Amino acid sequence: MSAHDHTGHDHAHGGAAHGSLKGYLIGFFLSVILTAIPFWLVMDGVIDNKQATAVIIMAFAAVQIVVHMIFFLHMNPASEGGWSMLALIFTVILVVIVLSGSLWVMYHLNANMMPGLHEMREMP
Amino acid sequence: MASTAITAGAEPVFHLEEEHAHAEGGSTMLGFWLYLMSDCLIFAMLFAAFGVLGGNYAAGPAPKDLFDLGLVAVNTTMLLLSSITYGFAMLTMDKGRVGATQAWLAVTMLFGLAFLSIELYEFAHMIHEGATPQRSAFLSSFFTLVGTHGLHVTFGIVWMVTLMVQVARYGLIEANRRRLMCLSMFWHFLDVVWIGVFTFVYLMGTLR
Repeated sequence: MSAHDHTGHDHAHGGAAHGSLKGYLIGFFLSVILTAIPFWLVMDGVIDNKQATAVIIMAFAAVQIVVHMIFFLHMNPASEGGWSMLALIFTVILVVIVLSGSLWVMYHLNANMMPGLHEMREMP
Repeated sequence: MASTAITAGAEPVFHLEEEHAHAEGGSTMLGFWLYLMSDCLIFAMLFAAFGVLGGNYAAGPAPKDLFDLGLVAVNTTMLLLSSITYGFAMLTMDKGRVGATQAWLAVTMLFGLAFLSIELYEFAHMIHEGATPQRSAFLSSFFTLVGTHGLHVTFGIVWMVTLMVQVARYGLIEANRRRLMCLSMFWHFLDVVWIGVFTFVYLMGTLR
């Protein structure tokens, strides 16, 4: 760790922002692969089932986000005394609630309200 | 082992004077991380809006008619390359090499500018074809989400130029190192958001 070359003050960052050349290169090659495969799957239409393709590329995105978090953003449970991980977990929970909640509610709103609109239009 | 840790007081974690020594900028990284998390929530809202409205074409153009995945792949490559070159800038910064740090920052900025140019070309092309933000709910949410990301990249580049001037004038002093580390987090965070954009907007839009 090159971080240890510095004296005193630098350690306040707790290794949160430091990486190694090896770490960056591993992260880069992993993310190139994790980007290339979804593009290849969609552009060449490798899998006939669109639903399956969607699930697979979402899985690749999730893995790639974790790779970026670890190798580029240097997230680990110990950085900043665990507070940055705690903030991240809290944010992820909020994001999941917002995304799944919005999609769930609005899907049912569409599914249940649209026929109503139709009926009204068909009324004399 | 446990008893020595308690009695010897070898761990300086709760030492008050040490805390004071860390006051200058010591909490900046955590504070900036919290800002990024709130920024993440903004993007989550925009993703939710796109998820809900992304299928409402109002008899207008659909993603399949508009998106050029080859162009998006090139764009994604630009952002990925800018991420790794910023990483190299941080590594050279750790070694205290001003010239190399500046050079890597300049390379990162060029990749960032390439990304922005390609995105602006794409937007201009779409608007020229009549796919304006006003055309349909899909296009409104598309331009808001992707445009907000582009705006972040723009401000990241402005910030990068500012820091390059700072480093040129004052060198890699403690304050500049801290600022460069904040921008590093910002820049890598934008790359993480872009993963969501190319997956949910471009790839899944084309699948629809």
